[in-house]
Amino acid sequence: MTATSDLGSFKPARFNAALSSSGPRSMSLMVGAVLTGLVILAALISFVWTPHDPQHIDIALRLLGPSPDNWLGTDHFGRDVASMILVGARTTLAVGAGAVAMGASAGIVLGLVASAKGGWTEEFIMRLADFSFAFPAILSAIMITAILGPGPWTAILAIGIFNVPVFARIARGSANGIWAREYVRAAQAIGKNRARITMDHILPNISGILMVQATVSFAIAILAEAALSYLGLGTQPPDPSWGRMLFEAQTFVFQAPRLAIFPGVAIALAVLGMNLLGDGLRDAMDPRGTANL
Amino acid sequence: MSGFFVRKIVGFAATLAAASLVVFLALEVLPGDPALSILGVDADPGALEALRQQMGLDRSAVTRYLAWVVGLVTGDFGTSYTYGIPVIEMVAPRLAVTIPLALMAMALSIAMALGVGLFAAANHRRPGDFGAMVFSQLGIAIPNFWLGLLLILLFSVSLGWFSAGGFPGWGDGAGAAFKSLVLPALALATVQGAILARVVRSAVLEEAGADFVRTARAKGLSRHQALVGHVLRNAMVPVITVMGLQFSFLLAGTIVVENVFSLPGLGRLVFQAISNRDLVVVKDVVMLLAVMVIVVNLVVDLAYRIIDPRLGAGR
Repeated sequence: MTATSDLGSFKPARFNAALSSSGPRSMSLMVGAVLTGLVILAALISFVWTPHDPQHIDIALRLLGPSPDNWLGTDHFGRDVASMILVGARTTLAVGAGAVAMGASAGIVLGLVASAKGGWTEEFIMRLADFSFAFPAILSAIMITAILGPGPWTAILAIGIFNVPVFARIARGSANGIWAREYVRAAQAIGKNRARITMDHILPNISGILMVQATVSFAIAILAEAALSYLGLGTQPPDPSWGRMLFEAQTFVFQAPRLAIFPGVAIALAVLGMNLLGDGLRDAMDPRGTANL
Repeated sequence: MSGFFVRKIVGFAATLAAASLVVFLALEVLPGDPALSILGVDADPGALEALRQQMGLDRSAVTRYLAWVVGLVTGDFGTSYTYGIPVIEMVAPRLAVTIPLALMAMALSIAMALGVGLFAAANHRRPGDFGAMVFSQLGIAIPNFWLGLLLILLFSVSLGWFSAGGFPGWGDGAGAAFKSLVLPALALATVQGAILARVVRSAVLEEAGADFVRTARAKGLSRHQALVGHVLRNAMVPVITVMGLQFSFLLAGTIVVENVFSLPGLGRLVFQAISNRDLVVVKDVVMLLAVMVIVVNLVVDLAYRIIDPRLGAGR
């Protein structure tokens, strides 16, 4: 439990300071924000405009190289790769947001309850969190697919369940640190009940670290969604998804290796952006954390 | 000391029992009628009835659960619905792919993490540190299956050094089998190694500032001797914690990477079983993978005690 005890001494967030500070440490924040912004922009643009219809099949135009008309070329069905990548950003963000929202809401509630109640409840919730680490996201996705069949909801559910213990541990660890503070003791002394204190004092004070975790979890969710779609357990055709595109590209890796490049670059940039954003926020909020780049 | 081990073993057994219950509930009780979910809703009623008989679905869920657990312990994993052969015969040869792959990837990622992490820590606040951390950020951001594809593009398509996938088996000499696992292990190891490198770096930096390191240096040890003799051992505790957690990601990663390289391992088996709706195989393989993760976590817990005996007292 070295990680959680370390979080106990976490200082409340100051976002404005984070955004105005300069130097190499805020560089990751900047780069992360720009990359994440680009992915969100791509998803938004895809709602109103794409160069071509990403689902339009034209075999005559199959496996074309990049050109002014098809910026990134076409795939084995003659679909426009650039359009597919733009629309794929939507899928990625939707599954990621759904999974993180699910994992965060359930996990934070469990963590806060564990911290507020303590004793047997805390022990039980934390054992449950330990236990769930025996089932990595892909393993639970396989079980869920076996029951519900593949699809984006399977991906959201599987990645979301995986995130519950992650958030429960972080919420409980950092909440325990706040419960020891004098102002919380004071609030208890004047008779505020534990639920009230949790809402008034604990949650606002740990929201910074939870936000950092949400960014990091989002990055992991993007990777997991891509892997599930690659395996055919996530987004189903004809909906474009980056992982699915890589799966289809593998068959043509000798004829058109570029097809295996573009969607991967999109995934890597999205994940890199989220991770850098998370790192930047963490550094900005925790001035002591010089060792953790 | 013995109390610690008893507690760990009891916890281990409880976790195993809970995991088996989750797998059984998810794959046999939640779907309602497993025979129906295997054959599909438009199946012939006669075939459905025959499968229910074969799977013993006329018995209660409790009886079936107990029979399954007893079977797992005694090596009777049931019979695959799709292939009609005992699951244990399907699983055994696949373990000979997945376990070497996972171990190779683990070894590679530890070597990578120690190399990059120590290099970064030794060059703290210098360009080398920055470069190492950029490498690590990129490694974390690249999906393992895409890295696998890129490795295929480079080493199979362009250079022709390795085959693009497949596994020749251990029978025709270990060399060829070993070679076919190199690219998949590299694809798996890079991501985990990149994460672990960051942990190694910050753990080493944290310990390097401790008083006992200054004492060691003051009594005449070189930087290098102090690093190896004093810093590394203490830095290993967080590193091993993360390694244990990573093993579960690594095993999960084999499911994906085995599919990229068409390796006949456990991951590919469970994936094919899903496509065939062979719930018997899915249930057994998922359980097997979960058992592996739980065993590794136990080993990690026990390893703490050997590395840092102080940890025992407080727990």
